[in-house]
Amino acid sequence: MMPRTYFSQAAKLSRRTALTLALGTALWLPFSAVEAEAAPKTALTLGMAIEPTGLDPTIAAPVAIGQVTWQNIFEGLVTIDSKGQVKPQLAESWQISPDGKTYTFKLRKGVTFHDGEAFDSSVAKFSLDRARGESSVNPQKRFFASIDTIETPDAETLVLKLKQPAGSLIYWLGWPASVMVAPKSAENNRTTPIGTGPFKFVSWAKGDKVELEKNPSYWDKNVAVKLEKATFRFVADAQAQAAALKAGDIDAFPEFGAPELMSSFEGDARLGTFIGNTELKVVAGMNNARKPFDDKRVRQALMMAVDRPTVIEGAWSGLGTAIGSHYTPNDRGYIDTTGVHPYDVEKAKALLAEAGYPNGFSFTIKAPQMAYAQRTSQVLQAMLAEIGVTMTIETTEFPAKWVADVFKGGNYDMTIVAHAEPMDIDIYARNPYYFNYKNPTFNEVIANVEKTADAGEQEKLYGEAQKILAEDVPALFLFVMPKLGVWDKKVKGLWEDEPIPSNVLTDVHWED
Amino acid sequence: MAVIFSLFPDGRDVAWVSFFPISPHEGEIFGRTEWCARHQWLQIMTTLILKRILGLFVTLLAVSCLIFFIMGLLPGDPAAIMLGTSASPDTLAALQKQMGLDQPLPLRYVHWLIGVLHGDLGQSYTYGVPVAGLIVERLAVTLPLAFLAVCLSVAIAIPLGVAAARNRNGALDFAAGLFSHVGIAVPGFWVGLLLIILFSTTLGWMPAGGFPGWTPSLSAGLMALLLPAIALAVSQAGVLTRVCRSAVLEVMNEDFVRTARAKGLSERVALWRHAVPNAMIPVVTMIGLQFTFLIAGAVLVENVFNLPGLGRLAYQALTQRDIVVMQSVVLFFSALVITMNFLVDIAYLFIDPRLRTGAR
Repeated sequence: MMPRTYFSQAAKLSRRTALTLALGTALWLPFSAVEAEAAPKTALTLGMAIEPTGLDPTIAAPVAIGQVTWQNIFEGLVTIDSKGQVKPQLAESWQISPDGKTYTFKLRKGVTFHDGEAFDSSVAKFSLDRARGESSVNPQKRFFASIDTIETPDAETLVLKLKQPAGSLIYWLGWPASVMVAPKSAENNRTTPIGTGPFKFVSWAKGDKVELEKNPSYWDKNVAVKLEKATFRFVADAQAQAAALKAGDIDAFPEFGAPELMSSFEGDARLGTFIGNTELKVVAGMNNARKPFDDKRVRQALMMAVDRPTVIEGAWSGLGTAIGSHYTPNDRGYIDTTGVHPYDVEKAKALLAEAGYPNGFSFTIKAPQMAYAQRTSQVLQAMLAEIGVTMTIETTEFPAKWVADVFKGGNYDMTIVAHAEPMDIDIYARNPYYFNYKNPTFNEVIANVEKTADAGEQEKLYGEAQKILAEDVPALFLFVMPKLGVWDKKVKGLWEDEPIPSNVLTDVHWED
Repeated sequence: MAVIFSLFPDGRDVAWVSFFPISPHEGEIFGRTEWCARHQWLQIMTTLILKRILGLFVTLLAVSCLIFFIMGLLPGDPAAIMLGTSASPDTLAALQKQMGLDQPLPLRYVHWLIGVLHGDLGQSYTYGVPVAGLIVERLAVTLPLAFLAVCLSVAIAIPLGVAAARNRNGALDFAAGLFSHVGIAVPGFWVGLLLIILFSTTLGWMPAGGFPGWTPSLSAGLMALLLPAIALAVSQAGVLTRVCRSAVLEVMNEDFVRTARAKGLSERVALWRHAVPNAMIPVVTMIGLQFTFLIAGAVLVENVFNLPGLGRLAYQALTQRDIVVMQSVVLFFSALVITMNFLVDIAYLFIDPRLRTGAR
């Protein structure tokens, strides 16, 4: 009797112990996984605020698409480097005829797509034809409008014959919207992108993350890609972004969402903050066709009522660079035009009175819900009140309602938005465009940029364009958003500046 | 035991006893009555199910029609959103054609409806993948999360509510009242942020958000859902505690509980065997409501914890004007609410025999 009881008790005891052990192991599993990763790291988890809508940059505009795929999965005939310079990529070299109407590209040999399909001139022609054809849904189809015919004399030569010179064409060919895609896989690139880049697509858990892995047969043997695995995780909420960084769930957040949280990383032994510049120009566009904004003096008066440093302080915690036109300091040929209409309340009032509004006027700003737009609007509201102008803020859902009402409908007085596209000063020459700004002199300057391929000449013209905009004030030019990077100090090789929206991982590695 | 208590005219205690038979003899004593009841019950159930299914279809049709046309009326064109600010009008037209947006809204609705009847929910405008797959992926996060949150909420609220009722106006009642007030007043996403600050950034015990999926390990998935489930459960438990407390209080004043005490049952036994089961109807109703709410309404907490759940899918679809996704998600929610109500009704039948036998 006695031994049996003893035995059964022992069995009970050991079962309980086993249960405790199992539970303990289950609870500790996540931690041990984290510890195991501390070995030499070849994996990187990178955070982004916005999830891309599809992974094909040639069929949709959102910059998040390029920020995952450009230079990682997809490559172009040419590329744009971290300084904003155009560099050869799938085209080794090119010649432009003296009249600027024939571009001859010498293509690289031995390049294959991730599925093994070879890259040659016929693939390049296919990519460009797909982007410029009748059924093209390329968001930058206008880039290719100057191309008349495409010839492929041999597998390594691609000849573009243009209708008229296009001075920006080479630069544009470096954009995400101009990347090379293969005839067999192009149709499915939206969900399973296949390119020629140093990383291959692995998986996309919608709403969560995209995973990439190193492409072992990458054509460029001069490049030693150190990352074996890269994960893009999408975290919309700024608090959640900060928490994920601090908890080590995310190694790098190149475009951190909230400037007011940047100081919370100070003194962190592991994380560093890296403030660079972007192409995100925050401008308060005015409906130049509508009274009273059709009067240049009114627009100038509003501009002079704005103290840009205070706007930057209020809206973006003082991180940002003031601009006087639609051009950023990292664009070639930049000139500082913030002094053209400096902050001067008295002059602004006088100018308003001269335009026939001695007692000011009232209008509505349609401001998107994003923090920068709301905060900037509130600061502007206070500043404009100083010169007797009453501004009502109407929050307008971005992108859906904003695109419908403001961008396409042109039904607004003033709005505010950050223009993300690099070198897009030409939008003021487009017709229709939501500013309804029409200045033949400006249009001519922009047209002349395309007529020359000479960089020096182009920069001079861009200078002129900036001066005209600073003088005419079709929009209140406010500031360039900074690139607020937060990442593990041991992560090297990420771009600090962003001459084009991207997350190029080619040179990224962990320091020992 | 059961024989004694069946003296009560409303037969409440019989319900309890036959639901959890205490004595093996009961079945024999009530043998004939039970057969009648079961026969009736089957009939009631069949009518109920048929009614519900019919109701389900009519509601779903109405809801889908409403959603489609409301979404159609909303300003914003999914094609224009995708193409951004540089696209030319001909590109926009090409994309609209490709997406089928060039067709009139009623026609698009009919096409979609025909697809649904064939089991095809359509393709997401934004992701370019079938909607059904998207919803299933998200359910793998949302369902376990809602389930975990309801379990936590029940585990907190029922003992707390009962204890509060038992210690009416005592310190414990006050504490439970405080908890439920705070739970209701404090938004879940804020509780979530506090939990993250404590357990993820300060202590480093838990991931700060995100969902690793169920495949690497079950425990990692559960760990990722634990904090958000707590954040969701706090406010749900707050409501449930109040409901449970007042229901128990009400039942405790009934005659049969007094009789149970009078025949010599301890307070604890009278409470747990007689009062609590009879107080469960409003509590179960509340749990059903909370579960459906958690499936659809966890979007803020999902955002804080960056969980790829159904609420976030719906939100994203709304901002992108992805009608097809929106439509299917709303349909799913409606079906779920109706099914949930149905299940709650069936739960009543188990709890309250009067509903089963048709007795008044």
